[in-house]
Amino acid sequence: MLGFIIRRLLTSVFVLFLASILVFVAVSSLGDPLAELRANPRTPKSTIEAKKRELNLDKSVPQRYVIWLKDFGTGKLGNDNRGRPVYPQLKSAMELTLRMAIGATIIAAFLAVFVGVYSAVRQYSISDYIFTFLGFLFLSTPVFWLAGLLKLYGAIKINNFFNRQLVYTQGDSSPNFTGGFWARMGDYAGHTILPWIALALISFAAWSRYQRATMLDVLNSDYVRLARAKGLSNRRVLTRHALRNALIPLVTVMAIDIGAVFAGAVITETVFNWAGMGRLFIDALRGYESNVLLAWMMVTGVFVIVFNLAADLLYGVLDPRIRV
Amino acid sequence: MTATVPEAAPNAAGPEREFTVESRSQTRMILRRFLQHRAAVISGVVLLLAILAALIGGRLWHYRYDDFLAVDQIDKPPSLSHPMGTTSAGRDVFAQVLRGAQKSVQIALTVALVSTTIGVLIGAFAGFYRGILDSLLMRFTDLFLIIPPLIFFAMLGRKFAGSGWFALALCLAALSWTSIARVVRGTFLSLREKEYVEAARALGASNKRIIFKHLLPNTVGPIIVNATITVAVAILVETSLSYLGLGVQAPDTSLGKLISDNQQSAATRPWLFYFPGLYIIVIALTVNFLGDGLRDAFDPTQRRVRA
Amino acid sequence: MAGELLLEVTDLSVDFPSDDGVVHAVRGVSYGLSSGEVLAIVGESGSGKSVSCLALMGLLPKTARIQGSAVYRGTDLLSLKPKELNAYRGNRIAMIFQDPMTSLNPVYSVGWQLAEAVKAHHKDMSKSDAWTRAVDLLQLVNIPNPQSRAKNYPHEFSGGMRQRAVIAMAMANDPEVIIADEPTTALDVTVQAQVLETLETAQEETGAAMVLITHDLGVVAGVADRILVMYAGKPVEVSTVDEVFYNPKMPYTLGLLGSLPRLDTEEEMLTPIQGSPPSLVNLPPGCPFSPRCPLVADVCLETEPPLEVTSSADHLAACHRWRELEGDVDARDFFEATHVDAETTS
Repeated sequence: MLGFIIRRLLTSVFVLFLASILVFVAVSSLGDPLAELRANPRTPKSTIEAKKRELNLDKSVPQRYVIWLKDFGTGKLGNDNRGRPVYPQLKSAMELTLRMAIGATIIAAFLAVFVGVYSAVRQYSISDYIFTFLGFLFLSTPVFWLAGLLKLYGAIKINNFFNRQLVYTQGDSSPNFTGGFWARMGDYAGHTILPWIALALISFAAWSRYQRATMLDVLNSDYVRLARAKGLSNRRVLTRHALRNALIPLVTVMAIDIGAVFAGAVITETVFNWAGMGRLFIDALRGYESNVLLAWMMVTGVFVIVFNLAADLLYGVLDPRIRV
Repeated sequence: MTATVPEAAPNAAGPEREFTVESRSQTRMILRRFLQHRAAVISGVVLLLAILAALIGGRLWHYRYDDFLAVDQIDKPPSLSHPMGTTSAGRDVFAQVLRGAQKSVQIALTVALVSTTIGVLIGAFAGFYRGILDSLLMRFTDLFLIIPPLIFFAMLGRKFAGSGWFALALCLAALSWTSIARVVRGTFLSLREKEYVEAARALGASNKRIIFKHLLPNTVGPIIVNATITVAVAILVETSLSYLGLGVQAPDTSLGKLISDNQQSAATRPWLFYFPGLYIIVIALTVNFLGDGLRDAFDPTQRRVRA
Repeated sequence: MAGELLLEVTDLSVDFPSDDGVVHAVRGVSYGLSSGEVLAIVGESGSGKSVSCLALMGLLPKTARIQGSAVYRGTDLLSLKPKELNAYRGNRIAMIFQDPMTSLNPVYSVGWQLAEAVKAHHKDMSKSDAWTRAVDLLQLVNIPNPQSRAKNYPHEFSGGMRQRAVIAMAMANDPEVIIADEPTTALDVTVQAQVLETLETAQEETGAAMVLITHDLGVVAGVADRILVMYAGKPVEVSTVDEVFYNPKMPYTLGLLGSLPRLDTEEEMLTPIQGSPPSLVNLPPGCPFSPRCPLVADVCLETEPPLEVTSSADHLAACHRWRELEGDVDARDFFEATHVDAETTS
């Protein structure tokens, strides 16, 4: 088991390393961070030169990469092009994005299991067709459009109906908020509910299709047939035998999809104006901030690797055949 | 040890007498199964119409996307002469949507075509020859699992911002081939162990012949299904990028850009916001249904009841 | 070996809707099963033997259309709702399936699954008692080291052991009827003997009657009391083992016997039955075996022969020309040996 973990970590680290090179080269070739400065005719040459040295732009790309690597290896994420440290920006952005992504994932997982199992058990019924259609519909809907739709109906209409601002569409919390703990929680909830729904609906669509297919396979399996032949109640057969097996593959699928959830969160953030990883990324892209982008990518990558590893270990717990 | 054997003449035709149903070729069976899927067939037709409209509709419609209309036509909701209304700048929304759809569809189809071709070739060789190519493929796939492709898309999109839609499509394609490659690799891995491959080899067939004549035809099903899914994914990715400002740039437009431009007016002038989104949904939805129908046609999961 | 009549199946039919039309998988099966006896149901794949037994246990998919009756101790099993059927399944009537590799749930230990079978029908039994019983059952089927083995998962058992565990599960609640659906087909020959032995043990321990479904006549010879031969969804011959083996009255049965390799004769060539079983969707009129039958006559192509009494009251066969099979018949006289003309040396 330990060997397995170590091997996985090593390959993942290698891949991450490879990715960092790719990203570094890509970012470096994107454009000139000093373009703004240069465009301004009043900037003295000395300032430009100083900035150039500060950002190591006087060195070649491979050299710059090595510098970055050394810094990263010692845990220093460096500063962005304007001299502000990267780490705090990343930290606060990550918190917000995680809040959105994890909440949405949990909601999506519950929905997917419920709908998938229900559709499988009641195969070819009307609800099955409806759920299937809804699943396809959400799979085909761009997340930013859905978010926009939710803003319209989820927020504006509801707020009008209740004549209060219950649901928010901008930001993760109200600025200058005063109030007790519960009021503050309510404020967070009002800000987070729409992003959660938007993200969850898209993820849930894919997972519920998968869950339905898996559940159908399990329901047709020999061991479920044997369980029925033993005279067990239908409920017991469904929960103890069928579900117990059908949930296992979902773990893997969720782990693989975590990248997609993250990407979806990035887009959703821009719609709802959250200062999360999405905004950070886009701003960094515009400003050709290589330090920020690299740190961003590494953190994301590490997160995904850890998550995948956890999923694999969980799989081993759930399925005795896999225990290494 | 003999018993009198009675005249058994009628049985001369014995084993040849056919009780069974007519035999059908594989392709006909697949076609038949597909046509039984009403949803998939309808989707296929609708998709075709949507794509055609996107590609050539702009030329046929009597307003151009950059035409300026008369002042009294500004900001009008949908009507007979302007089925999707007009913008505050005085342009016909229908023409704009068609133009945006054209870009999006062009990109999506190109991505599907290019990435499928690349993916099939790489997957086939990786699955067949194994070795370095195979490990490289696996590493690449790991890479894209760990780093959301959106990152690379975004960066490439920004880099090639001014280079037109074809460059963007190629960038997207360059990062989309991994899933089809994996599928083909997987199928090849399992098929290459089959007896008919051994037999072909024993008859002296070259590797290339085995790949193209024996193995590839058996993977046509998953390839086609995957290609259709790629179209759906590509259109969603491209519109997302354009929405974020990293895809198709002004003065060109895409469905994603249209939505991004008009999202603020969604409450007051909904026709500006809804139609582009609906177009995306129509294309992606019909593609998904089509893909589902194709998947069932190629590989129906039947419940086996052993007699 | 006949005791009281436990199970009476009358005119059981099963139809399945399919893309090509309705599949008539079972077309009117009737038989009786008495306590303590072993009835072997024999036939090729597609003959309907498995489907008819799955119908008894209520294990067919919802799309199946079932007709007829199967009366067990006064209750028609086919008329019961699944909830009611549960009282019988695994309790009075148990079933063993063909593929031991997939029959057991991979995520629970073997002992757990055995205990579950016991507790399902003894609601008041404690967990530890059920576990003890599970270990005892494993002991009965000769699994070595049952205490520790019970904690193992199915993938840690070999194929033969898994099948024996499944048999143990069938025995768990002392059933009166055990249905074994091709229990040895998926196993190696050497393991088959073990499993058959275990089946015999199961029978002795529980005193149950057994329905043994198989396509292997060799398996049947040592174990069965009576044989029911099925073809194209209908029984074509029913009698005691001796009668069927030595005095078959239906050419199909004769053909089956002829295709068995024998060590006690000089012949080197087998006499297989030409052709293949018919499609169950488009059965033309007449006897379904006619395309392959060496005794086929015009009447065979027109009317399907009924299952009727032949040489003795308990020997039924469905053949218009059963009388031609009088005396010591040998398959080689009727079926051609492969690649050799009909001349045989005697």
